[in-house]
Amino acid sequence: MAKVRHHVIIGAGPAGVLAADTLRGCDPDARITLVSGESEPPYSRMAIPYLLANHIGEDGTYLRQDADHYARQRIDVVHARATRIDPKKKSVRLKKGKPLKYDRLLIAAGASPILHPVPGLDLPGVRTCWTMEDAREIADRAHKGDEVVLMGAGFIGSIILEALIERGVKLTVVEMADRMISHMMDETAGGMLQRWCEDHGIKVLTGTRITEITRGKSRLDIALSSGKIISAKLVVVAAGVAPNIGFLKGSGIKTDRGVKVNGFLRTSAKDVYAAGDVAQAKDMSTGEFSVLAIQPVAADHGRIAALNMAGKRTPHDGSLNMNVLDTMGLISSSFGKWDGVDGGDGARMSDEAGHRYLRLEFKDDRLIGVQAVGITDHIGIARGLIQTGQRLGRWKEKLMKSPERLAEAYIATAHGISHA
Amino acid sequence: MQMALVIDPGKCTGCKQCELACSYVKEGEFNPAKSRIRVFDFHQDARFVPYTCTQCAEAWCQQACPVNAITTNDSGVKVVHDSLCVGCKVCTIACPFGTINYNASTGKVIKCDECGGEPACAEACPTDAIVYMDVEQAGFDKMRQWAAQTDAGARA
Repeated sequence: MAKVRHHVIIGAGPAGVLAADTLRGCDPDARITLVSGESEPPYSRMAIPYLLANHIGEDGTYLRQDADHYARQRIDVVHARATRIDPKKKSVRLKKGKPLKYDRLLIAAGASPILHPVPGLDLPGVRTCWTMEDAREIADRAHKGDEVVLMGAGFIGSIILEALIERGVKLTVVEMADRMISHMMDETAGGMLQRWCEDHGIKVLTGTRITEITRGKSRLDIALSSGKIISAKLVVVAAGVAPNIGFLKGSGIKTDRGVKVNGFLRTSAKDVYAAGDVAQAKDMSTGEFSVLAIQPVAADHGRIAALNMAGKRTPHDGSLNMNVLDTMGLISSSFGKWDGVDGGDGARMSDEAGHRYLRLEFKDDRLIGVQAVGITDHIGIARGLIQTGQRLGRWKEKLMKSPERLAEAYIATAHGISHA
Repeated sequence: MQMALVIDPGKCTGCKQCELACSYVKEGEFNPAKSRIRVFDFHQDARFVPYTCTQCAEAWCQQACPVNAITTNDSGVKVVHDSLCVGCKVCTIACPFGTINYNASTGKVIKCDECGGEPACAEACPTDAIVYMDVEQAGFDKMRQWAAQTDAGARA
């Protein structure tokens, strides 16, 4: 009888859990161990803002709601942090318990908030918003009428922003870039979002850094690069995340910004794969290998890595960077090369009063990037058109004049209606 | 046997009864904006294309959902569970067809669920442009081809 294969997965976020389920689906006899660095059942960080806004309980954040799911799928969930990998011995050392021997290993260890060298970030009342533990602490401290400062108005910061507002706090946002969400929004879209926030009573300080936080009498004093000092009961830090690659030191597994992988999501070590926020894999927009720390990419990676681990050779042709954000009812999204490329063409539809904006970017007659504010209908088509590289032919000129006809352009070109 | 909505745009006259039937059955109002099926109108060509979810075998919306709020029923239909959906909208950008959409009035996403086996759109369609039938017999290939091209990696 052939030896039963042991798949070990480090990390119980979306990439790890989807990988475990996929492995069970195509490798029914294998042993599967899911290593979680936290004590909760596997949960989704993306759902934390909805927990903070009291829309769901902690169980609403779980990646699989059915408590028996892992037992039924014969997936052993081990709650211990992985501290070291030895690819020669094919073993993973854990903070507590015996090392795990693997036949195939998936590194899906995720990312952690970046620790900025700002004095005072270690004070009580200053908290990142990343883990369930962070969420509990923030829920404990942020109540109606409390003054709260949010450090960072990037994508994650802006998702947390809405949750804090729903808790009824008085919010000041401090962002060092010249606009909100500078990694997914241009000046027009970022400006729209900022005005929207200000209209909803949020103070937004862009182009501003927090230089120091000190403990005042009963509150925190937050010194800003503008010279002003503001005070707050709580500071929430959402100033970027970085892949968890520290524990790979000495393993020989090659890393750059994240874990380096090839076109099959395999790392430099035999039988070791990487997926999700920790992996530096192909970005289909640039052709380069980058860290794309977003939910849909984690899902793609988890599934494809698992298929390869199970011996079903499956290429990863590249993921598309994309995001969607709801800021107190104003919904924005961006896809691919939303800021365009040299030699490309761009089209914009802007309606400031109606809080609507749509920007399309093309290379030749192919769509390569989209930004949308206040427009949600059929928006997934942006992904479809970009990722398939569908040629738009005569529809490109129509879209240059009327970007809002994007869905029509897709139906027409993908379904062979060339005129209109 | 696998039942599915099979759409023949050539038979569509653009009457939009499907949109009205869908929004009425699903939302209790005649409101095409909340219909899960949409008729695209290429009037210069006198062509109309009814368009809705094709219930992909391995659905992007389902895999991208961070809280497992989209499940597959016995008929292969992808169903959104409102009690679990947190309204994050990741599925709406992950679906390359744009056929799962956000409904601001409920804060949840909506998509075609074939009305649990009795699709109102097909019933309302006067010209058989939308029929509910066994897909094994229907040419369902175009969408599948498109699906295959869209992936970040080959899909079974």
